Amino acid sequence: MSAKQTVAQAPGIRQTMSDLHIWTGLLAGWILYAMFLTGTVSYFKDEISRYMRPELPVAQALPDAGRTAEQVAAAILAQTPGTPQLGITLPTPRNPTASAFWRDPQAKGRGFGSGVFDPATGARLDARETRGGDFFYAFHFNFHYMPVIWGRWLAGLCAMFMLVAIVSGVITHKKIFTDFFTFRWGKGQRSWLDAHAALSVLGLPFHFMITWSGLITLMVLYMPWGLQSLAPPARQAVTSEMRFFVPPGKPAGEAAPLLPLAGFVQQAQARWGPDGAGTVQVNHAGDANARVLVARQQAQRVSTTPQYLLFDGVSGALLKTKDTSGPAATTQGVLYGLHLGRFADIATRWLYFLVSLAGTAMVGTGLVLWTVKRRARLPDPDKPYFGFRVAERLNIAAIAGLSVAMTAFFWGNRLLPMEMAQRANWEIHLFFIAWGLALAWALLRRPKRAWVELLWLAAALLALTPVLNALTTSRPLWRSLAQGDWVYAGLELTLLALAAVHAALALRTARHQPRARPVRKGGASQPPVPALPAEPVGEGA
Amino acid sequence: MTGAAALFAKARSVGPLVSRIVAAVCGGYALAALFSVAALALPGPLPEAAMTGMVASFLVYAGAVVWVFAVRSATRAWAGLAVAALVLLPLALWVRHGGAA
Repeated sequence: MSAKQTVAQAPGIRQTMSDLHIWTGLLAGWILYAMFLTGTVSYFKDEISRYMRPELPVAQALPDAGRTAEQVAAAILAQTPGTPQLGITLPTPRNPTASAFWRDPQAKGRGFGSGVFDPATGARLDARETRGGDFFYAFHFNFHYMPVIWGRWLAGLCAMFMLVAIVSGVITHKKIFTDFFTFRWGKGQRSWLDAHAALSVLGLPFHFMITWSGLITLMVLYMPWGLQSLAPPARQAVTSEMRFFVPPGKPAGEAAPLLPLAGFVQQAQARWGPDGAGTVQVNHAGDANARVLVARQQAQRVSTTPQYLLFDGVSGALLKTKDTSGPAATTQGVLYGLHLGRFADIATRWLYFLVSLAGTAMVGTGLVLWTVKRRARLPDPDKPYFGFRVAERLNIAAIAGLSVAMTAFFWGNRLLPMEMAQRANWEIHLFFIAWGLALAWALLRRPKRAWVELLWLAAALLALTPVLNALTTSRPLWRSLAQGDWVYAGLELTLLALAAVHAALALRTARHQPRARPVRKGGASQPPVPALPAEPVGEGA
Repeated sequence: MTGAAALFAKARSVGPLVSRIVAAVCGGYALAALFSVAALALPGPLPEAAMTGMVASFLVYAGAVVWVFAVRSATRAWAGLAVAALVLLPLALWVRHGGAA
């Protein structure tokens, strides 16, 4: 072919964007599916954590925040008197215990102690050792079994692939709005394409926001170059808009009594309302240079830019008020806040969960669509090429296998012995062991069987989790419903609903018959006969 | 074909694609990083400009990747990135040499 001919036949933009979309989607899809699903459940991570610590009492009305701060601080200072810094996260309706960290030179690791406290008495709470919902949240952007930095780079790479997949997906999708109203049921590849497109277009603003904002949450890691060009004070001015952290400063060396914390909390509540105090930080308690910071409750605002009051801990004087941020910082804060959804009330939180679940299904249907489309074009369907076999098996493990693994995490939480060493880590090991076994199953069984069997396994495990809970704790579903404990009841009812979804998928997959194709067997030298008519380019797949 | 010629032919057919992938992954990142430094030249407080640069850089990266695969040849892909870099480079150098501080 001459150069002129090649140029004249160059593919159009929608074809190139289609290819780009398929490649970026496929290569990152298996990891993105896991990020999406663990991110989805993370909107209820506090509820999951409570479910996984059934020893903690059902939420009562919260005691006065000022008193809680005093009780917890007293407990920490009794144990670690000279600690240069302690921080208390005050209880909220979603998270009705107080948690705290403090600098402790005796503590192993990074020299920090931490604990969960009863907000009424300040007593340390003893519940089974578990990461709870925070495991899914941390996995979502750190993964596991690797240094946190590597995990974040991997997550960022996949997020960039996702961003490119979104942009290329929109460009390639010809009639993006009319097609939104098209769903051709029961038509094989067409149905998968329609499902994938509907899920993508329906939540497009969300998917774009969640991907871009996800990158922003770690932008200091991914794009530090601008910051590095700044002098340290300007650099701190940037990072202090992204994270609430005020360094301890230097102690005076002379003792002076710390004023009661309730007074400081009350001033914050006067400014921000009765639920306005989020965290209390005390630097150098008992020293003449003691400082008390009260930061605003995150759930009250969309933007994550910190707002706080800085007090002299001995005189009580208000030294600094941070309650504004510049427009660029606020934009960043709003995007960050939209990703985390900490501002969301219960209805908005459920909306987040559902749209995020749709995003997860978007990734999943895309992965399945890839194999469905290519299976139809295989010259010999019993001997697919290597790449197809890899994709097919990874799909099973990444999608059905992940459901099995996440449910196994709950089962481990209920079944592992309470006093087991490294109990929290073992719950996590169980998650990965289950996932690994699912992968092995996917490799050993024929693909369709593996799909059906793993989906049924997930359905069974999900449906039986409330049964397991009834057998191993004193908080069975009927009691949660009777008491109006909507954290427990809501979670178990959701598990049952998800079990039904998995069962439905298993049934449909089991009944699925691949469409008959006039492919000739026993003749590798025969040219493959395409069974479906070639689609016009604009369909975007 | 001789072995060498066959290899050369294979390299020629796959070369442009590899070139585009390098342009997209590495060139795109470099352009986004350059953008995040050049953004410090924006008027207003430096911390604000730095925020804008970081936040928008990912859109620059995604846009660069789409450009690389949308244009007709790998050469055009690189050329486009180079043109964008040439526009941003003076700003970034000015910032680096204390122009914005």
